[in-house]
Amino acid sequence: MMKLSSDQSAAMALALLNARASLIAIPPFTESDPELGVAEGYAIQQHLLALLLEQGETLAGYKLGLTSLPMQELLGVDQPDFGPIFSSTIYRDGATVSVSDFIAPRVEAEIAVVLKKDLTGPHCTPAQVYQATDGLLAAIEIVDSRITDWKIKIADTIADLASGGAIALSSTLIPVDACDPRLIGMVFTKNGEIIATGAGAAALGDPLAAVAWLANTLAPLGVTLRSGSVIMTGALHAMAPISPGDTFRAEFAHLGPITLRIAE
Amino acid sequence: MTHSHQAQQLIDAARNRTATTALTDKEPHLDIAVAYDIQAEVVQARIDSGHVIVGAKLGLTSVAKQKQMNVSEPLYGWLTSDMQIDTGAQLACDTFIQPRCEPEIAFLLGSDLHGSHISAAHVLAATQFVFAAVDVLDSRFAGYSFTLPDVAADNSSSAGFSLGGTAIDPESVDLRTLGCVFEKNGQLVATASGAAVLGHPAASVAWLVRKLASRGEGLKAGHIVLSGAMTEAVAVQPGDCITARFDQLGTVEISCV
Repeated sequence: MMKLSSDQSAAMALALLNARASLIAIPPFTESDPELGVAEGYAIQQHLLALLLEQGETLAGYKLGLTSLPMQELLGVDQPDFGPIFSSTIYRDGATVSVSDFIAPRVEAEIAVVLKKDLTGPHCTPAQVYQATDGLLAAIEIVDSRITDWKIKIADTIADLASGGAIALSSTLIPVDACDPRLIGMVFTKNGEIIATGAGAAALGDPLAAVAWLANTLAPLGVTLRSGSVIMTGALHAMAPISPGDTFRAEFAHLGPITLRIAE
Repeated sequence: MTHSHQAQQLIDAARNRTATTALTDKEPHLDIAVAYDIQAEVVQARIDSGHVIVGAKLGLTSVAKQKQMNVSEPLYGWLTSDMQIDTGAQLACDTFIQPRCEPEIAFLLGSDLHGSHISAAHVLAATQFVFAAVDVLDSRFAGYSFTLPDVAADNSSSAGFSLGGTAIDPESVDLRTLGCVFEKNGQLVATASGAAVLGHPAASVAWLVRKLASRGEGLKAGHIVLSGAMTEAVAVQPGDCITARFDQLGTVEISCV
């Protein structure tokens, strides 16, 4: 049973839209209404997505969040979440992003999947994702929260587009049959110092299974994953804080490196 | 040999499969060099029982673990023939006190390695094959409660190891970005890449060779070196199944009985 009227979710979406524009965080919705959950989060997200598309943003794909067991336990859920990625927030390898464009940015390294065919749930399997995959890219995501001090519960982060900020993608698409995505190793460095390592299986056991989950979860909303979409399959390690002057580099087996620089 | 009684304490603990108390409980200032002398006696006892040294292993090779133990370098122990769990064989829990497993990359040396000048490049050049491996730890100290000199004296908790069934030429893999997925009973424990081991597993082996050189020792052709844990260790008991999947090196699967 939805605990929000359409007007209520529209108002919350507007509050998030304003927070995105002003870069001033807002208190968590769950602070005044602890009953809000996954369904309410997506209802708000749908309103916010419509507002941003009206403003001229274009949908380039989706990001998955909460793809690791520790993160799911932290937020008291047993599934990941997702949010849209806009073309305007995609950076190239070697790009510089400015902390002043975000509220409380953090960074994580992931494997991105690019589709060459549409994928429609609700019975999408990893094998179908494999067939629909154009290739894999090395990726870094800047996550950000429009909610004060990341004090998020599940409804807050889902409403806030799964805490998405921006992404950077490598330039060489690697065919998915060149490797087992679960076993792709990754070394993440900050200013040359190793801060984490991981492998593809950290994302829901298999990055391709993560995409299948997304297709199946979008199906009841009447949404198909379109050919050409970029899907960020989830962090391979715990997210890290960033500061101006930092250089982050994620080096993936098979996929190569991706570098992102941080400015004021 | 004023520390023989401490070596005997560790030898007895392993033989009787009964945990003992940390050596530093009675001797808080136990020196790390003395701890390695005790280790030598513990290893000699295995040799005297008819086993031979088949290689060495490294511990505390992750920066996170070093910080946790408040130390700035890894440690090592010796592997003896009785510790080998051959490819495909089971782990018999009752031969240990409190066994734990962790995934590692193993090096099989094609030539001797010794000297204080050895680098990761020398290690790779001297390595005939690399293997997927699972290291079986078994601290002789109750509850794995120890300080650095304790665990050095305890042969770095060495107890068992098993290599995967695929021998890989080290020239053909980038060990730094090589992915590893560690599972217990089908549940993901952790993922990592080779860089988790001192930045590069071969750099870890090189550290060992330089450390051994300071004691006038070295590694020999045919030695197997476990380069250090890629993830946290997990406790095992009969019925458990441990799976370490590696990109390119293959998989090590161990059933615990």
